[in-house]
Amino acid sequence: MTQLALVIDLNVCVGCHACVTSCKQWNTSGQAGPLFDDNPYAQDPTGTFFNRVQTFEVGEFPCTETIHFPKSCLHCEEAPCVPVCPTGASYKRAEDGIVLVDYDKCIGCKYCSWACPYGAREFDENQKVMKKCTLCVDRIYDMTIPAERRKPACVIACPTNARLFGDVHDPESEVSIAIREAGGYPLMPEWGTKPANHYLPRRKTKLRIHEDELVRADNPLRKEDIRHETGKDVTLDDWLM
Amino acid sequence: MNPAFSVIVLTTLIGVGQGLFLALFSSQAFTIVKVLPNQPNSYYALGGVIALCFLAGGLVASFFHLGHPERAWRAASQWRTSWLSREVIALPAVMGLVFLYALVNGVGLDANLYGWGLPDQVALTVGALGVAATLTLFLCTGMIYGAIKFLQEWATPLTVVNYFLLGSASGFTFAAAYAAFAAPKMVAFYAGWAITLTVVAFFTRAAALFRNARIKRVATVQTAIGVRHAKVQQRSMGFMGGSYNTREYFHGRTVLFLKSVKWIFLVLVFAVPVALLWAGWAGGHPAALMAAFAVQYVGLLFERWFFFAQASHPQNLYYQVVG
Ligand code: SF4
Ligand code: SF4
Repeated sequence: MTQLALVIDLNVCVGCHACVTSCKQWNTSGQAGPLFDDNPYAQDPTGTFFNRVQTFEVGEFPCTETIHFPKSCLHCEEAPCVPVCPTGASYKRAEDGIVLVDYDKCIGCKYCSWACPYGAREFDENQKVMKKCTLCVDRIYDMTIPAERRKPACVIACPTNARLFGDVHDPESEVSIAIREAGGYPLMPEWGTKPANHYLPRRKTKLRIHEDELVRADNPLRKEDIRHETGKDVTLDDWLM
Repeated sequence: MNPAFSVIVLTTLIGVGQGLFLALFSSQAFTIVKVLPNQPNSYYALGGVIALCFLAGGLVASFFHLGHPERAWRAASQWRTSWLSREVIALPAVMGLVFLYALVNGVGLDANLYGWGLPDQVALTVGALGVAATLTLFLCTGMIYGAIKFLQEWATPLTVVNYFLLGSASGFTFAAAYAAFAAPKMVAFYAGWAITLTVVAFFTRAAALFRNARIKRVATVQTAIGVRHAKVQQRSMGFMGGSYNTREYFHGRTVLFLKSVKWIFLVLVFAVPVALLWAGWAGGHPAALMAAFAVQYVGLLFERWFFFAQASHPQNLYYQVVG
């Protein structure tokens, strides 16, 4: 079983919003029609986005750390938004685990958005249907696109390569290795939704050096003190050491 | 959550309709065992039509909540997993059975179905099915909210209990007002039960308020972004003009406003109607009974608004600060 997902590396995300704009650009230009945008160039612009980048501050000044936090649908393995949908418009694909909304079936009751603890679904006020990240399902299988570009738009746009894309059920995939080796974690695990997307934590490269490693307690030269046993004459050793 | 007016009207109106139907059915059942005085069948027929009007009003209100009402029929398809889908089936089922109940009473259709030699056997049979459907509908409505475990204020059996008791109380209150004009001898039965249900509902609703005031949040900003630190604050939600996420899940009122709505509904749903029901019943004032219903219904609008507004959605953890 395949479960496609994103792995987002908070250690390298710089909060540039490139994934936000590329996502909007790709998904507003597709077959499903434009994404809702109200007052885009006026006061209080608002619209539907599948991906947002937020910023959090950890700690208290001066010991603070800034975390840029991209958030989109996590394509939960136990997606709570799917069973609540009365029409069957919300579904999770068996073949690749992507959670999708059938815009032709959705009645716009918004119940699924209540049942997503992450706020990943955004209503389209023009089409009056629920929308959410599709993992660029209309892109990743498009054979007219070169193979190396068959990835979600956000992944390709990210200038720091903070976004990895792949099958989290394949233990040898890039994303699985990243989760395993770099401490990938899911959001709000307490709800039991089993998000497929994972986040890699901020990491500090630290080397632990013991005092013994700086001062050699067992320096053989010192123990044997060869310098002074060799004779009264000045030797080459005296010059060297 | 941001209360949607269509859902407030839907849940309160069908509550009255369901409660009124339960009132009519129970009184008719008591008349055939001679606990209550006999009434003409037209009394139940008209009552059934009124209940149907409340239910239909709720149904109409529900369509205003949908983005695509013309596709609403699709909502009946996922009854295996979705309480909303089950409600979509149960509501027309209740309406159909209430219509049949009114029809059977209206045309006076009867037969000695069970060989008891008592009247109204057909009406009561249809009515019993209607009662089963009505209770199912209460369960579905309550579970739509009770089944979302992230909304901790709703995820309690009290949600279902309160939908049932508040709906029934308002229906019996209406029945008391209706009987004051159509069958004065029945007022005592309806008013007595309306007071009982209202008082019991007060305790269960107060229990929910008590519980919700002491909720221990499961999700925190720490689990939301996965950083373990006592101090994590949002600095930017990523946009400034608002979005679906900032509109749908926040009621946008002050804490004081919320608190005052709570006291308003406690007075209007429970205290005033009980006093008016008592006055109308003991003093024989139909106007007091009508006022009791009007006040209680308005109170229920406040109660439902508060029910939605009080629920705090965990997604709000991601939308604390604009920037
Ligand atoms: S993140 Fe939300 S919308 Fe996406 S699958 Fe999980 S519950 Fe559903
Ligand atoms: S808004 Fe659409 S996708 Fe969501 S629960 Fe309603 S019908 Fe299903």
